[in-house]
Amino acid sequence: MQDINIKITDRNGVTHDVVAPTDMAMNLMEVVRSYELAEEGTIGICGGMAMCASCQCYVNSDHELPEMTDDEDAMLAEAFNVEDNSRLGCQIQMTPEMEGLEVTLAPEI
Amino acid sequence: MITTDILIIGAGPTGLFTVFEAGLLKLKCHLIDALPQPGGQCSEIYPKKPIYDIPAYPEILAGDLTHKLIEQTKQFEPGFTLGERAETIDKQEDGTFIVTTNKGTKHHAKIVAIAGGLGSFEPRKPLIPNIADFEDKGVEYIIKEPELYRDKKVVISGGGDSALDWAIFLSDVASEVTLIHRRNEFRGALDSVEKVQELKNLGKIRMITPAEVKGIVGTDKVTGVAVEKKGEDAFIIDTDHFIPLFGLSPKLGPIANWGLEIEKNAIKVNNALDYQTNIPGIYAIGDVNTYPGKLKLILCGFHEATLMCQSAYKRIFPNKKYVMKYTTVGGVDGFDGTRKEAPKAVVKAIE
Repeated sequence: MQDINIKITDRNGVTHDVVAPTDMAMNLMEVVRSYELAEEGTIGICGGMAMCASCQCYVNSDHELPEMTDDEDAMLAEAFNVEDNSRLGCQIQMTPEMEGLEVTLAPEI
Repeated sequence: MITTDILIIGAGPTGLFTVFEAGLLKLKCHLIDALPQPGGQCSEIYPKKPIYDIPAYPEILAGDLTHKLIEQTKQFEPGFTLGERAETIDKQEDGTFIVTTNKGTKHHAKIVAIAGGLGSFEPRKPLIPNIADFEDKGVEYIIKEPELYRDKKVVISGGGDSALDWAIFLSDVASEVTLIHRRNEFRGALDSVEKVQELKNLGKIRMITPAEVKGIVGTDKVTGVAVEKKGEDAFIIDTDHFIPLFGLSPKLGPIANWGLEIEKNAIKVNNALDYQTNIPGIYAIGDVNTYPGKLKLILCGFHEATLMCQSAYKRIFPNKKYVMKYTTVGGVDGFDGTRKEAPKAVVKAIE
């Protein structure tokens, strides 16, 4: 088991240093929810199936992230406020390789 | 006017199972859903995804679960108002309710059970400052009547299947079709992408990528859209219609204006008792409600539906005695005349 340290900037621009477990099959969206960094009902609406883009975030660090699936790519093609570094938080699993990850939550739609 | 004992708003798994539990208590149900078919998210969004936490099903596809729930409700002959959204609610002097849909269909019920899940699915609207001023004045999020676009100029934006499919369809109807997408790549069915390419080559569809519509031009109605293309100055395209197609997003919708206590986009209920809202006679069950310790699971929706029906029965028949029966003991009497019961043991005398 290994906890990792990540930085999450919320929708108010406040950056939070967060410790995330890597042994609970959590993804970034779930970490945000567990630390209540976004209001309930505004993130992870589809439950983490890459079907709503409510967990869109901008990846600020240069971590090697899991390759985008077709579902994630399709969702980001239709989402708003999408930037070149946009990803869906629900598709980023918390693994030891994510140590030091820095992300900013995209605005709520 | 449609009359029923329990009016269920939302025909997802929780709403459907409510029909069965109400049926055991001889209560009739009618369901309203904004989607054109029952099943909610399970049938609309992820019918082919497996669910692993339905008791007794190690694995079941969401669409199959819906089919089985519908099958289970059939004996209780529920009514459906599909493709309509519950819009207003009026409490009557006798404590009953009249719920009217966006298409004007009226429903009279003793009890209202909101099983709306994440809410009704509404078109995702692009962030264009003045777009609301032009809704139904040239801006349409859903194409209801294709003939409206006959010989008109149309701008479609979006990069998914609906944007591609409607661009193809309208290329034969409209005088001019422009498809605008933020990326050069389109995420749609290969056939559709190839067809759009072919129509573009034939000059029947104009494509502008990577670009975004940033503003709408017009006074009383749309006359053009302002487009920003990467690396170029913004420019105006003349058009009669602007159709943004960016998929659907769940919203609580008009229910939010019914005077119910809302917390974090969900309806507060008394979970210690019966999942009733702050308005007596209106219940909220499944993913649409909230209370301390709430879990948004289909399983929990089933449990909440069961307790809610018992409470509804007591509210409708305050003086009737009722004892909860197991279906293994009491069987199931369908409204359609069917009866299911466990086979009775045969007792033989021992000689």
